[in-house]
Amino acid sequence: MTRDDALDLVKAVLHQVAPEAEIEDVGPDQTIQEALDMDSIDFLNLVIGLSEKTGIDIPERDYPQLITPDGLVSYLTAKAR
Amino acid sequence: MGAFRMPSLGADMDVGTVTHWLIKPGDRVDRGDIVAVVDTEKSTIEVEIFESGVVDSILVGEGEEVAVGTPLAQISTNGISTARTEAPRRPQVAPAPKSPITSPVVRRLAEKLGVDLATLAGSGAGGKVTRADVEQAARLLEAEPEVVEAKPEIAEPELEISKTEQVAETGTALRRGSASVRPPAGTRTARPSWSRASPLARRIAAEKGVDVSTVRGSGPGGAVIAVDLSRPEPSARVQRVPRSPPAPEEEPARGHEARGRQAAMRRAIGNLMARSKREIPHYYLSTTIEMSTAAGWIERTNLDRSVAERLVLPVLLIKAVGRAVAAAPEMNGFMIDDSFVPSSAVHVGVAISLRQGGVIAPAIHDVDQLPLSELMKALRDLVGRARSGSLRSSEMSDPTITVTNLGDLGVESVFGVIYPPQVALVGFGRITDRPWAQDGLLGVRPCLTATLSADHRASDGHRGGRFLAEIERLLHNPEEL
Repeated sequence: MTRDDALDLVKAVLHQVAPEAEIEDVGPDQTIQEALDMDSIDFLNLVIGLSEKTGIDIPERDYPQLITPDGLVSYLTAKAR
Repeated sequence: MGAFRMPSLGADMDVGTVTHWLIKPGDRVDRGDIVAVVDTEKSTIEVEIFESGVVDSILVGEGEEVAVGTPLAQISTNGISTARTEAPRRPQVAPAPKSPITSPVVRRLAEKLGVDLATLAGSGAGGKVTRADVEQAARLLEAEPEVVEAKPEIAEPELEISKTEQVAETGTALRRGSASVRPPAGTRTARPSWSRASPLARRIAAEKGVDVSTVRGSGPGGAVIAVDLSRPEPSARVQRVPRSPPAPEEEPARGHEARGRQAAMRRAIGNLMARSKREIPHYYLSTTIEMSTAAGWIERTNLDRSVAERLVLPVLLIKAVGRAVAAAPEMNGFMIDDSFVPSSAVHVGVAISLRQGGVIAPAIHDVDQLPLSELMKALRDLVGRARSGSLRSSEMSDPTITVTNLGDLGVESVFGVIYPPQVALVGFGRITDRPWAQDGLLGVRPCLTATLSADHRASDGHRGGRFLAEIERLLHNPEEL
């Protein structure tokens, strides 16, 4: 999976979870949850969606790596084969 | 026999608009069936009926705004029409095959899929036709070659042009629906079939001139959400509704409408909160709860769970509140005519912020009885439906206590305003690492501030303190939850 693929996937799942949210609106030093005004249920739904789409089992201890757009894309590209 | 009235979907509701009826005269309804969709200033609610019976007449048309308490429909109970001319009830030896027993929702589904209910044998209780029966029949229909009477399209009256276009675009399901099951135009004027859609999606659809019912929803429960409307056009799923000539000056008007809806929501919230502050003698308590045990417990529990089954902290908090009211029943119930009426059921209202602004606090029922996994599912479902505008009337009208959790937004504590006629509201802030002294040692621990806003007419600070202490005890013993 390329970074572009990963980003597209994140966008698609994010649109399901929070239709009004755009990943581009998240600044480089901001977390997705903060910048997009998402609560913990929204974030969980994002993780569930990504896990379902990629087949990657994302353990909870990895969540801290997923809080920024860059971290999320890096994580997905590293884990998806 | 009874009147089905416009329900009060929360104390902040004075009027509601019936946007869709899911029943018609002659239909059989069962207690709990969703029979209508009502728009309030805050949300779109699916309204359930509280009585079983047969629909006698519909008294309020779609699109009409009426006050809470206005009779919407007449329901005759026990399947007997109120008209005395009807034969008295007999033991049901010979079932009447004409109108099979089913619920409005199933009937609606059948209509949508073009299935004739009279041809189905129900597999549900008492021969009731279930959703599964209808879906199976629809699959069979799908498999059959198209043998619809080849009614030439030209024969369709001109009135039906938009419908014909729709047929051409959305394919066989609709064609079956309109050609073989429904008699041709006239009996049923082109009423758009109802579909779930978020308030935002409805607004966007109206702006784009798109009929929401023709859009395939990707939100919870197939609800149409905003993103479904931003797919590239022209799409096979989206049908443009012919609109009167476009007017460039419409632009400001539309902004106006959105602002109008926002303003109505703010007004509704403002009125209720003003009433709460005017009438309820609030008292406030606060306590800091050490959360390392609870946080560790969730982490360990989630290790064995798949992503979709993991718990989040709010579930633990909601459950703790639901259980703690057993130790302080004065917190759970309603203030009615200046006297407190405790509730034996624990329906916890959960404050959910809406993306378009505003907040809504629908209930999760019987929280004290629900295992955590079930509660987690219920919470995800509720949040999804709150945001897509498909909450149910029972969820809106009967929370017995409310929980607000602003921890996600980073505040340390929240002192809420009680939601009348309830008498208590529990607020949770964010978990933060704080210096914590325990057993004579100072350490850094994750801590959470829990607050209580309670009604002095129903309880005193002493009891409120007892309640918060019980919440703390439960969170220190999460395996009990």
